[in-house]
Amino acid sequence: MKTTRNTKTTKSSPLPAAHTDLGKPEVVWTRRHLLGLEELSGEELEHIFRTAESFQEISTRSIKKVPALRGRVVVNLFFEDSTRTRMSFTLAAQRLSADVLDFSAGKSSVTKGETLRDTVRNIEAMGVDTFIIRHSAAGAPHYITRCTDCNVINAGDGQHEHPTQGLIDIFTIRERKGRIAGLKVVIVGDIAHSRVARSNFWGLKRLGAEVTLVGPTTLVPRAFEKMGAKTSYDLDAALKDADVVNMLRIQHERISSQVFPSREEYVRLFGLTQERLRGTKPDLLIMHPGPINRGVELSSEVADGPNSSILRQVSNGLAIRMAVLFLLNQASGKN
Amino acid sequence: MAESQEKILLDEQAMAGCLEKLGREILTNLPEGVPLAVVGIRSRGEVLAQRLVDILHHLGAERIDAGTLDITLYRDDLAERGPQAVLRKTDIPFDIDGRFIILMDDVLHTGRSVRAALDALVDLGRPRAIRLAVLVERPGRELPIQADYVGVRVVQEDLPVAVRLTESDGIDEVRVG
Repeated sequence: MKTTRNTKTTKSSPLPAAHTDLGKPEVVWTRRHLLGLEELSGEELEHIFRTAESFQEISTRSIKKVPALRGRVVVNLFFEDSTRTRMSFTLAAQRLSADVLDFSAGKSSVTKGETLRDTVRNIEAMGVDTFIIRHSAAGAPHYITRCTDCNVINAGDGQHEHPTQGLIDIFTIRERKGRIAGLKVVIVGDIAHSRVARSNFWGLKRLGAEVTLVGPTTLVPRAFEKMGAKTSYDLDAALKDADVVNMLRIQHERISSQVFPSREEYVRLFGLTQERLRGTKPDLLIMHPGPINRGVELSSEVADGPNSSILRQVSNGLAIRMAVLFLLNQASGKN
Repeated sequence: MAESQEKILLDEQAMAGCLEKLGREILTNLPEGVPLAVVGIRSRGEVLAQRLVDILHHLGAERIDAGTLDITLYRDDLAERGPQAVLRKTDIPFDIDGRFIILMDDVLHTGRSVRAALDALVDLGRPRAIRLAVLVERPGRELPIQADYVGVRVVQEDLPVAVRLTESDGIDEVRVG
């Protein structure tokens, strides 16, 4: 049991310090790394969301910057390309006044044969505080936590997790629907290879949503049912009473592979069009973690329609990443 | 360990009197034609600011805006404090440019919270002037910051001060010792 500090102190108890905060602290965030949503409790998820809500206000100011992480250094350690995620993390760190270093595997000593451990230890020796890592190998961020004293944020590891994207999606649902528990959420696409699907699934499940994973038979592993998801190969049936549908991006390299139907067949079976939306709930929330392939996962009409939260997800991405950077750096303060 | 000599500095009635005194002092020093706003520092300053606004209205002041600052992101001791309570929203629903702002906090001690609050405020705009009002002032300043309006002064050094408010703690009182 976590102890909750009661601010309604009785008269006989010792005096609290003069600057004791109110409502302090229902949940204290103590993690120094964000590796996945699977290991987070419902209280921890909620703590991140409440922190992110406070950060949303900063993005509405004319001076969009606070000094919270002044003097801290954040390193983007990307072994896979991702312009958008990198930009979002960079801007989030800059809004907190941190300095940002960019590392790209292609131009680096990795091509000269340096090991991951040596790369990390060398950068750490320059005096940095947080690593944001994207790597094609699942577990690479976990390995890095054992090589360094810095905070580590997983920005996508193989087919394992992409926790900040999961947080962004769930935060956006929470914002639009006012709750998560009891919602029916459908995730559509290449479930088997998607770290976004996994992070969404773990977080949504923890918060009490009912998750249905939909896609071609070859790309929706039945194993997810053991973890508590429903699986389906019939999008229309799954959408019938859905509150939210999250359309995953189709990787072009898979389209030519054996496990993937033709593009035309995919669009016919799993593409979200205006026509397919008939018979769904009028307030069905339509999401996509981006970048979208117009005419594949979503028709343009749907992507730009009133039920779409695609651009809101991008804006919320900043608030979520600011919250995560802030919480991890705060937690490492005492160590 | 010595038994702490805890005593009540202000009870409910005395606290109300203090706030009323603050309100009167503020109104006698108002510049002409400059819109007034009261901004409280989370968390107890927020509650006190709200009460001060009510008092100012009661004393006949015209429209006064109220806002709240969360200074967590402006503190200079992130590294020392470690894990904290949840960060909350700064809520200033008006343009602070050109305003006469009363910054309200419960206790003025080291001055560091006020320093952080001043930084947070100027990031939001350019007020005409900022004045500091506190319920309790105690010695121990670490920065050259002084209050313009003080409810009650504690003169002894190193005496802890605890402010409790009905909204958050179930009772209105200030204890020292």
